[in-house]
Amino acid sequence: MIGVIAFYLFSFLLLVSAFFVISARNPVYSVLFLILAFFNAAGLFVLLGAEFVAMILVIVYVGAVAVLFLFVVMMLDINFSDLRKGAMQFVPFGLALGGLLLAELVVLYSAWPEIPAQTAIDPAVAVDNTRALGAVLYTDYVFPFQVSGLILLVAMIGAIVLTHRTRSGVLRQKVAEQVSRQQSEAMTIQKVSSGAGVDHV
Amino acid sequence: MFEIGLFHYLTLAALLFTMGVFGIFLNRKNVIVILMSIELMLLAVNINFVAFSSFLNDLSGQIFTMFVLTVAAAEAAIGLAILVTFFRNKGSIAVEDLSSLKG
Repeated sequence: MIGVIAFYLFSFLLLVSAFFVISARNPVYSVLFLILAFFNAAGLFVLLGAEFVAMILVIVYVGAVAVLFLFVVMMLDINFSDLRKGAMQFVPFGLALGGLLLAELVVLYSAWPEIPAQTAIDPAVAVDNTRALGAVLYTDYVFPFQVSGLILLVAMIGAIVLTHRTRSGVLRQKVAEQVSRQQSEAMTIQKVSSGAGVDHV
Repeated sequence: MFEIGLFHYLTLAALLFTMGVFGIFLNRKNVIVILMSIELMLLAVNINFVAFSSFLNDLSGQIFTMFVLTVAAAEAAIGLAILVTFFRNKGSIAVEDLSSLKG
């Protein structure tokens, strides 16, 4: 019974926060509601018995992606209300398309054959979720796992290359030039004849 | 009715996905909110994956959820980096200005 109540609570909060993500006036509020949506989705994952994915969702999405969004939203100096002008003219079309998509999905799911009840795993041989995932991930899915690591590496390099800029007019220390200076190019020795002064040097 | 089955989770994911699609139309000028709508759609896909994984007693769904998370994180990082670079050059993030990205 408590599971049913938790499901409806998490689902309701998830849908409400998703609605505020797309309809909030200020994108900062959108990001904060996105974080709330991710927390509720993590709760649903826990209800489904996928604890590891739930924790990964909180760590990766809330801890990294949502904070990245928050940084970018706060860094850009934009009048966001201008961006909403004229957005209403496409709402009927969006509603029609979204409704059509939803109707298609509901029809598809209604026609889905009833999944036979799975035999519950014997608690004696059952392992916890994280251990079971690791046993599958590092054996059957080791190649996709490595490829996803490569994707993250490419994304990291791409993001650095895109956002890095060399600014002109900045005074900075050039250590290599300082170290490689020779005595011959740094100073000259002049022979000064006595009594003549230093004006002709 | 009071038993939470697969159909409940699939309906929830369908509603969430539809909301993500609708968000793209509602914020069709604001690239940041469009990226957030895409994140919502990916979350709906993840809920589908985990629900099937749980009800079929098959861990592959959760494995693929992690891969979807990886790709979503990479996509968000690259997309926001492009956005920041574009804003630096143009001073705008409106979608109609983004057509000048070509060449």
